[in-house]
Amino acid sequence: MAHLLALSAADAYDRAEGFWASLYPWLHKVFVENAWLTAVLLVLVVGLTAPLLVSLLVWCERRGSALIQDRLGPNRVGPLGLFQSFADLGKFLVKEDVTPDHVNKPLFLLAPCIAVAIPLVVLAFIPYGRNVWIADVDAGILACFAISSMHVYAVALGGWSSNSKFPLLGAVRASAQMISYEIALGLSALAVFLVVGSLRLQDVVLMQADGWVTGGEYLGAWSKLLDWNMFKQPVGAIIFLIAGFAETNRHPFDMPEAESELAAGYHTEYSSFKFALFFLGEYAAMIVISALFVTLYMGGWTLFGLENALDGWVASYGADNTGWINWVAVAEGGLHASIFSVKTMAMLLFFIWVRWTLPRFRYDQLMRLGWVRLFPLSLAWLVVVAVATGLLR
Amino acid sequence: MAYVKVKRRELTFAERMYLPAIMKGMALTFKHFVGVGGRKGVTLQYPDEKWELPAFYRGVPSLVKDTAGREKCVACSLCEFVCPPRAISIIPREIEGVVEKAPEVFDIDMLRCIFCGYCEEVCPEEAIFMSKEYEVCGETREELVFDKTRLYEIGSTLGPDGGTPDAEKKWERLSREQSAQGLGED
Repeated sequence: MAHLLALSAADAYDRAEGFWASLYPWLHKVFVENAWLTAVLLVLVVGLTAPLLVSLLVWCERRGSALIQDRLGPNRVGPLGLFQSFADLGKFLVKEDVTPDHVNKPLFLLAPCIAVAIPLVVLAFIPYGRNVWIADVDAGILACFAISSMHVYAVALGGWSSNSKFPLLGAVRASAQMISYEIALGLSALAVFLVVGSLRLQDVVLMQADGWVTGGEYLGAWSKLLDWNMFKQPVGAIIFLIAGFAETNRHPFDMPEAESELAAGYHTEYSSFKFALFFLGEYAAMIVISALFVTLYMGGWTLFGLENALDGWVASYGADNTGWINWVAVAEGGLHASIFSVKTMAMLLFFIWVRWTLPRFRYDQLMRLGWVRLFPLSLAWLVVVAVATGLLR
Repeated sequence: MAYVKVKRRELTFAERMYLPAIMKGMALTFKHFVGVGGRKGVTLQYPDEKWELPAFYRGVPSLVKDTAGREKCVACSLCEFVCPPRAISIIPREIEGVVEKAPEVFDIDMLRCIFCGYCEEVCPEEAIFMSKEYEVCGETREELVFDKTRLYEIGSTLGPDGGTPDAEKKWERLSREQSAQGLGED
């Protein structure tokens, strides 16, 4: 990643004068050699893209649901109603921010902040390209699960601090649900890492593009598709997907909100911008689960060799370090990130599609599915994968 | 026997797996999404597109004039009396001519009006008609008390005589009758 921005220290020193000249070597060391600047820029890009993606997603959700239900959906603000989300955001900003008297104020304020912060933090661990990531953590998936499991605090604290019955019921349901399904989620992901032999997410992506599934002479390009974990571990993928739906409180597992039963669930007492934060956090969590699914099961930033399209260019010009920015590296990163985004978007649309198809589970059905079906199934699948890995190695 | 125990069919393995049914459902919603299934063009984008009103539609009650542009209302107050929510208030005045009375003030409070059409039905002069106007809005309560001018304005959209011209030509008939009695049109 260090070479995304590559300006040699001597070069920078020549350009600067006076006081700045004395600072340049240090600045260069911190930001360019240690790749801080790249990291900061990436944080900005990811941090700004996620909320923008959320607004796009809300539009997709509303228009998509409308089309599925033979309606039109919001089509007034901007072309095709694309700016509806921004109009809604503006509305949220100018609405009265009601904080009821009976709430626990510090926690009431903290909950929406957690709701938004946690998913955005998890986005830092995901590899968006061969050289594009914010944090390359060796135990990447563990970090992802460790942090995303804290998302339950947003719901639990929001419901608890509201100090009224529907939010509390929603929070209790949500906590139980998220904790239950985290087990199935973790176990199904574990099967992937058994095969990869590393917890680093980048390794998982590379493993899915290493051509392990051979038979190109029979299958042609399909062999590359079959190298995705989705096809190598179909049961694990389905369990991960279902658990992912439950983790993000999406339909058909939207117990914590369940409008028809619990008013609005854990965020009943929230209004204005705090509610907008919960809303944003919910969709950001969806983006995170989709991104994780793409990374673990759908080949991440790779796409049947398309990711190598710029390899020749990178090989001949990639080491060109004379400019401020290494455009070749940026182009390659952009290509990989685009592939990744397209896949993630497809997953998100799948989420929306499911939401407008399936009715909500009953709470006892939800718990039975989690503990009696998915948990043993994921354990069994883990054993199967372990045995198979042992035999094939 | 207080209750009947319904025998439920045992679900097959595929049914218990949920997934085939889910796929089926997803296929259905996808069909609607791409516009193959379901109904299209149901939505009317209201302010841009408007409903074609049926002939029997009862909109805002309005006053109409005859083909010669004279007020048809004779301020008999029948509509005022029949009006269930008492939305109509009339103050009559005397006028010169074969007809003796006309309304000085004719107010209909649109906040009270229930669009029942009794006023149209009861009017002996066919002076009040339910128009096709249904967009009644205002920022104050006073604005929504429609006065005579406003009512005639709305009524003029229906054409003279409310679109059903008076074949009898009442004014001619009355002046004929009165001059025959030697009263004249003074």
